[in-house]
Parts: sequence; structure tokens; C-alpha cells
Amino acid sequence: MPPPDLGSLWHALSAAGPLADRALWGAEASVTLGDLVGGSSLGGRLDELRGRSVLVATRDQITAALALIELDGIARRLVLGPPDLPLAQVPSVIATASVNSIVSDRASPDVGARHVDAFVTCNPRIAPAAADRRGRHRTEWILLTSGTTGPPKLVVHTLASLAGAITGGGTLARPAMWSTFYDIRRYGGLQIFLRALLGGGSLVLSSDQESTGAFLIRAADHGVTHISGTPSHWRRALMSPSARRLAPHYVRLSGEIADQAILDHLRAVYPAARIAHAFASTEAGVAFDVGDGLAGFPASLLTQPRADLEMKIEDGSLRIRSARAAARYLGSPGETLLDQDGFVDTEDMVERRGDRYYFVGRRGGIINVGGLKVHPEEVEAVINRHPQVRMSLVRSRRNPITGALVVADVVLHTEPDALTERLAALEHEILQLCRDALPPHKVPAALTFVPALAVAATGKLARHHA
Amino acid sequence: MSVRTSIVSQFEQVAKDQRKKLAPLSDDLVLLESGLDSLCFAILVARLEDALGVDPFSAAEDAEFPVTLGDFIKFYEDATT
Repeated sequence: MPPPDLGSLWHALSAAGPLADRALWGAEASVTLGDLVGGSSLGGRLDELRGRSVLVATRDQITAALALIELDGIARRLVLGPPDLPLAQVPSVIATASVNSIVSDRASPDVGARHVDAFVTCNPRIAPAAADRRGRHRTEWILLTSGTTGPPKLVVHTLASLAGAITGGGTLARPAMWSTFYDIRRYGGLQIFLRALLGGGSLVLSSDQESTGAFLIRAADHGVTHISGTPSHWRRALMSPSARRLAPHYVRLSGEIADQAILDHLRAVYPAARIAHAFASTEAGVAFDVGDGLAGFPASLLTQPRADLEMKIEDGSLRIRSARAAARYLGSPGETLLDQDGFVDTEDMVERRGDRYYFVGRRGGIINVGGLKVHPEEVEAVINRHPQVRMSLVRSRRNPITGALVVADVVLHTEPDALTERLAALEHEILQLCRDALPPHKVPAALTFVPALAVAATGKLARHHA
Repeated sequence: MSVRTSIVSQFEQVAKDQRKKLAPLSDDLVLLESGLDSLCFAILVARLEDALGVDPFSAAEDAEFPVTLGDFIKFYEDATT
């Protein structure tokens, strides 16, 4: 008797609608789901990956999408390698997740990992293959959180926790054509990938090789009905003349604070669309959607009894207990994802005004520049390397394009007044240090020379968070 | 310095700082084809707020986002008058 099927992604998406009518439209290639019935993107090597811990490290999103569809239930563990994973961090990811197989659409990279003994190429040209798609594993999906100092954190989900917010196609008159500005290897993009597939629809994938304008034209040509992105993605899209080619029924924002201005602009450009901003994080999962067109969220959300979700505010930050939360971190000793009551601290600080709560920033002063996180201390460390610098304070400055920018206050060893002629040159030297050591979003957009910085009673720099 | 001159010089300065190749500036240049990315625009808007004292992107209630350089300059001219 064959072992039972545990309800893999392949079986769930097959049950959601006819496969022949549904497709993944990529910038590089496109695939009809029906082609996977008698074919495979893995060149007939699916069986080699049964029970393995697989790093999916593809360049293109379409090949990553195919690998995820084919390998859920087959592999024991799927590690979703984001497109910008620095090569230097690959060995630690491989070690932490006990990776023994790699799926890629590139030539075999030399990852220097002794335990990796299978390298499988994934190709969007589906080749005929008699694939046994019975899944026997409750596959762990490992997502990497971005932007923190040091190696990325590995967050453990399952298809059940990832798809927990998805409640079927419901009452749609015709299958949805989804799209997202996100990469599907990030939580926000993965949600849309799963919504499209499990809701019986199709998906237009973005590409980092494509301009915003070209992507919008491609999305419009496919008749996209449902589309998601961060507020920064949308601010950029609305600066393109091609944004008006879209006629979406549903516009979704997540990943950053959605302010009133971006909600109003989207309403003006897409008057017929339902516009919702969602709160979700890789660790806590999707918590809620707000659809009333207003920034923030109604305070009543905290007290509404819901079977699958509980929320509370403690020490100013939003805490979430949810069936959609991740299970744990892999590695990261000393860091626990859930507190003893099963809540995730999102570290997103909220403030109540009237009958709504508003997000005001991140605990610990992490600055979110267009969805990329910046730790102030990391930038300060670079600035402080300059021999003339005594200390520095990196902080956030609100910005209507990226939500926030990094700016720095710098104290020199010598009073700035005594250095008037040298200040421009010093500013240039310090910024050059930053540009050499940091990615562009972490380089301060402005430096201010100040005589002193406030130090709190703890002896630490006084940081005024949000 | 006029609003237009300030904007043009900031476009050039930000492109230089961020090592971007700036397209020839003309009023019908589509902003997304100017060679500047989102981060560049964010920096540009912050510097113009310091130079001109206005940030029409945050202040605008129902105005449309500018699409061309001409729209962008008019967006700031309207905000400063």
C-alpha cells in the first residue's frame, strides 16, 4: 500500500481549478501548470530529492516557483534562497539548514560545502517525465529574513502556516490573475504566489532584470486583477505612465507602514479597486487586512474574538499569537521566535489615537528604507572609523518615497566651528567611507555636524525611537 | 535660485553622488527613465525639502504623482507659491 499523501502544494493547487488554464508568467519564460502533469522542470531527477534538505538558489523567480511546486511534500526541507543572498553567507545557510542538495538554474556554484552531494538543474522548459508526485513529507519551508546584521535568520514555516490566511477563490466570477512587485522568495511575495495557485488563479512574476514600467506593461497585458507590493513599490509604480494601464479589482499593500497619502493616491488612480493594507511579517505570518481606506487599524481589531488569531500590545509593540506564525528559528541560538505564551513580538511599535492604532516605527530604532532594514549601530560603526569622529547617531528621517531615509548626526573631536573650511571635505570623506563599506540604502542621505549628542542615564546614546 | 534651477542642480548632484548615469534633462523626460532609482528620488525629495522648504509629496492630498520632469517641476512650483 502506498504511503498516504500529506496534502502537498501540487495536490492542493490541482484541486483548486483546471491546470491547463492556469499559468506562471515570468519575464524570462512562462509555464502552464498543465505541463507539469506529464513533465518536470527538474529533468527527471525529482526522486533524487525525496527526503532531502534542498536549497532553492535560482536566479529567476519562475524556476524557483517551479521547484517549490514540484518539491513540496517530496523534500524534507526547502530553503528559499533570496535573490540577493550574498555568496559569503551561503555556507552558513547550508550548515544551519543541513542542506544536502541544491536546485538552481545556473551552472553549479562552488559553495564549498562538503555535505552537498546533489546539484539539480531547474529549467522552465518542461521536459516529459513520469513524476510520482505523491508527497510523503510535511515539508519545512525555510525563509530567510533580510537586512539584519550578520548572517540572515532562518525562519521555519510549513505549507499549512503559510497558506493559513488563504480562504479559497470564493465568489470570483473568473479566476484571478495575480501579480506582485515582491520577489516570491520573500514572505510578502510567497503569500501572493500561494494565493494565486491555491485560489485557482494565475500569476505574473516580477523580475529584477526589468524596469518598473516594463513590468507594469507586462502585468497589464496579462489583465492582472489582483496585485500587491510595499508602499515603496507603489510610490514608484505611480510615477510611471504605465501604472494607468492596470485596471485591478484588488490592490494590496504590505511590508511597510501604509500612510494616508499612498492610500489616497491609489484610490485616485484605481477608483474601482478594493484597496487593502495588510499587516504581516515573516515570523508572525499574516495577521490582518485593513480595507477602510484609512492608515492604521481599528482598535476594535484587538478585542474581536477570532479563533485563529490573538493580538495584544505590550511595551508599545504589537504581539501576535496565530496559527500562521512560524514555528521557530533554525540556528540563532538564544533567540526565541515565540514567547512562553506563544506570542510573536513583531517589534513594530504602535500608538493609539482615538479609536485607531498607528504604526510609528520599529523597536530598537531599526530603520526601514523602502522595505530594507537598517540597524543604526551598523552605520555608526562605519562613520566612527573616521579618525576625526568622536561619536555619531544614525536616525531615521521620514520620506514620502521610501518611507524613511538614513541620516546621521556626527560629533567631531574638534569643535565644528574651528574646522569650518574642512567640514565639506570631512563630510565627503565620511560618506565615502560609508559608500565603500555599505549598500546604498544604508549610506546616510545627510550628515549634520553637531557639538554633542545626548547620552541617557544608562550610558547609552539617547535614541528617540519613532 | 529658481525652483527649476534648484531641481535641475539637485538631479545632477544626486546622480553624481549615487553614481547613476542621468538621462539628458528635458521637460518631457519620464522620471522613471531618468536613470535615478527609488533611493535617489527619496534623497532628491529630502534635499529639495531642505532647499525649498516644501515636500509636495507628503503635503499633496489628491494631486497626481508627477510622471515627467516637467510635471515634477510644476509640482514643486505649485507647492512653493
